[in-house]
Amino acid sequence: MSIVTVQLGQCGNQVGHELFDIICSDALEGQRKVYSTASCERFFHQTTHGDLVARAVLIDMEPKVINQSISRAAKSGRWRYGESSHFSQKQGSGNNWANGYCVHGPRHRAVVEELVRREVERCDRLAGLMAMMSVAGGTGSGVGTYATQCLRDIYPKSFILNHLTWPYGTGEVIVQNYNSVLTLAHLYQLSDAILVHENDTVHRICSQLLNIKHISFGDVNGVIAHQLGSILQPALTADSHGVYSRNPLGELVSALTCHPEYKLLSVCTIPQMPSSSMAYSTFSWPSLLKHLRQMLISNTKMEEGIDWQVRPPAGSERARSFTGPSFNTSLANLLILRGKEVYSAETDGFEDPALYTSWLSSEEAFNLWKSPVPFNKYEKCATLVSNSQALLRPLDNMVGKAWNMFASRAYIHQYVKFGISEEDFLDSFTSLEQVISSYSQLS
Amino acid sequence: MTQSVVVQVGQCGNQVGCRFWDLALREHAHVNKKGLYDEALSSFFRNVDSRESDGGAHVVGGRIQHLKARAVLVDMEEGVVNEILQGPLREMFDSTQLLTDVSGSGNNWAVGHMTYGSAYREQIVDKLRKAAEHCDCLQCFFLIHSMGGGTGSGLGTRVLSLLEEEFPEVCRIVTSIYPSAEDDVITSPYNSVLAMRELTEHADCVLPVENQSLVDIVDKIKHMSHGGKPGSAIKRDSTIISGQGGLSGTEKPFDAMNNIVANLLLNITSSARFEGSLNMDLNEIAMNLVPFPRLHYLVPSLTPLYTLADVSVPTRRLDQMFSDAFSKDHQLIRADPKHSLYLACALMVRGNVQVSDLRRNIERLKPLLPFVSWNQEGWKTSLCSVPPVGHSHALLALANNTCVKLTFMELRERFIRLYRKKAHLHHYLHVDGMEQSCFSEAISSLSSLIEEYQHLDATKGTLMPDAPRLRIAR
Repeated sequence: MSIVTVQLGQCGNQVGHELFDIICSDALEGQRKVYSTASCERFFHQTTHGDLVARAVLIDMEPKVINQSISRAAKSGRWRYGESSHFSQKQGSGNNWANGYCVHGPRHRAVVEELVRREVERCDRLAGLMAMMSVAGGTGSGVGTYATQCLRDIYPKSFILNHLTWPYGTGEVIVQNYNSVLTLAHLYQLSDAILVHENDTVHRICSQLLNIKHISFGDVNGVIAHQLGSILQPALTADSHGVYSRNPLGELVSALTCHPEYKLLSVCTIPQMPSSSMAYSTFSWPSLLKHLRQMLISNTKMEEGIDWQVRPPAGSERARSFTGPSFNTSLANLLILRGKEVYSAETDGFEDPALYTSWLSSEEAFNLWKSPVPFNKYEKCATLVSNSQALLRPLDNMVGKAWNMFASRAYIHQYVKFGISEEDFLDSFTSLEQVISSYSQLS
Repeated sequence: MTQSVVVQVGQCGNQVGCRFWDLALREHAHVNKKGLYDEALSSFFRNVDSRESDGGAHVVGGRIQHLKARAVLVDMEEGVVNEILQGPLREMFDSTQLLTDVSGSGNNWAVGHMTYGSAYREQIVDKLRKAAEHCDCLQCFFLIHSMGGGTGSGLGTRVLSLLEEEFPEVCRIVTSIYPSAEDDVITSPYNSVLAMRELTEHADCVLPVENQSLVDIVDKIKHMSHGGKPGSAIKRDSTIISGQGGLSGTEKPFDAMNNIVANLLLNITSSARFEGSLNMDLNEIAMNLVPFPRLHYLVPSLTPLYTLADVSVPTRRLDQMFSDAFSKDHQLIRADPKHSLYLACALMVRGNVQVSDLRRNIERLKPLLPFVSWNQEGWKTSLCSVPPVGHSHALLALANNTCVKLTFMELRERFIRLYRKKAHLHHYLHVDGMEQSCFSEAISSLSSLIEEYQHLDATKGTLMPDAPRLRIAR
């Protein structure tokens, strides 16, 4: 079954391109026929000449980034984007969510829907849709939200996963918090699962783990693509009965986002290291999983600087619902193991009820996928997708800053100009405070 | 790709404009090796196949035939425009883009705004419309003028309100040259304050530039290139004031200063014209930097002002560039942002600079710069991969800072000194359409603008409590 990806705005198109690149080279690597077929089927369609064409639609309100992504893909020689699978306008959304959502979105609705329809029709069976975008700007966030709404209307029974890139805390766009609040509040009603990468976190991975001296957005996007690829590439699941799962998005959603108030997912992957060091390193599953578990509960996204002091609460403390301030309580976790000797990996540590909130049993809360095929040149690789409190603090900060700005009504006239009122803002704030409250109550 | 139209009004506006077109051509010639009419060129130039104004305009991708500037030139005297038409840039403009008269405005805002404004209204709108029609997707009007005289100030602001009337959806970015205190036009305070009101009401964004700052920068560069240490020779054509490599031959008196302003415009539009890893369109400038509609005066600073002959640029130099952008020597108005309050700040970087360099410098500079409480991380950034000619990197910082209040207060002072004595007032009141109320309204608009900045300033340094959050009932 196939996934159709919609890349929106500069970030969505840049990250999307990296993702397809990594998936393609992983799929074509070595002699792994079944894996390769499954992966190609999922993400590409093959032309009569044997070309791999990405199952993707590229949308932006200005043409430069899309042109770049298309030409870089073509240059790779291994895959490309469809010739007419893209749509751009001449003038961007000016970092204005309202401009994206109220003006550009509706204006180009028909075209976007048609492009997606064509990609969906090329699939034998649709596993679901993935929309990739940032939340800080105007197009990815505004047009992206509107597009998600349209897709939800047209494909009410399909799984929709939104991949969001959250901006650096210290600002790329001054009104980023407004744009983020409006996006998240709306997507919460439309999306089945919201998978988040934060630029700050990924930046740290680049500098501390990958030892990159001059980090560019290309490096950041590469890490995001690696993590996303490790989730979406074919895997054997509990329900797939010995073959690669044909319903990856459905299984992801049912594993993790079973409750409508809890849709935010975070990712961490281990190991992450510069390719030059990989030849000299050996990995063992026990060590990888031990680190990953501690990363989960102490809410660290990298294997450096893990706080080993953080422990899950002991039995009696749990009864009184007391958890230490830095302990990250999970609602559900999905662990994906890829590589050699994957069947020997012991994952009991993740089934400990102490990790989870009390109203799901740990059998229901913990899910495991495996693939014996090494991913993206890592001999062994473990990825954890979590529905937990990991994003609570960043979300709270984002809402807090946006609220402070809103209190002085700064920049509001820019949104009102395009059709978003103060009421709309208040509604969005209310929705997100609800989400924050729900996640806080997990512990 | 979007297009922009430059509207240059008055003597100063046209001289700066002329430098802009010269440097823009130089910049594109440097980057565009194949002689193809590409998207970047089309943002400021049309490509036509004959010298006739309405010769078939060419689509992007063809060979360059004749480039015509997307510009409208307005002046009520013929001198400057004629000089342009006899100079090397004459091919860039055809007669449908020009509007001139003979007698000038006599340094009288009222004559420019009321008399000429009414007389030429139709023609101005016509020429603007023509320029707009030649654009596929018009994003922005750049208005260049001075505040102290009669035409640039009076007619220029009339053009501004026409732009708002006729093209309300197109962004209006105004570059205004403010007179120095020792300006030789006695009535420049009147002209400036009358124009300020129009700018406050009708512009989306104003980039105020003070003559005195330009003079200071030029002096500093000349001093550096003459008295430099051995081994630190400055590359001649890499100074921001140099027009070398452009079409014009010898430099004229104000060229050095005007080149600085021209570079400002080139840098502001660079991310919209060329590619980069973090693009910034022109409509994003107003969106990010203007939190309240009237507070749209942005302090510009440019670095570097020159490059040394030593070509390699270690990281330390790069960081120095960021520090320089926040030093008073590089600002185009004399104000002290570090001691006032930042409402928002944009950093537009050109050249081979990565996001990590940007982040590192923002982290470094943040503690030194006071930001308003609700915008503690108020940075808008852009990375354009194409550097300006002769440099490996460049940085333009645009700050919405309350320090402009002091500039305006000084201006108000000078106005009041004249107005109190009713000096020269009759020259204005004799003009049809001009009344005493225009003066009182203008000064009151300026005062309330200063009030608004004052109000924000008062919050500086005080610890503002976070606004209480909404609470969910359990």
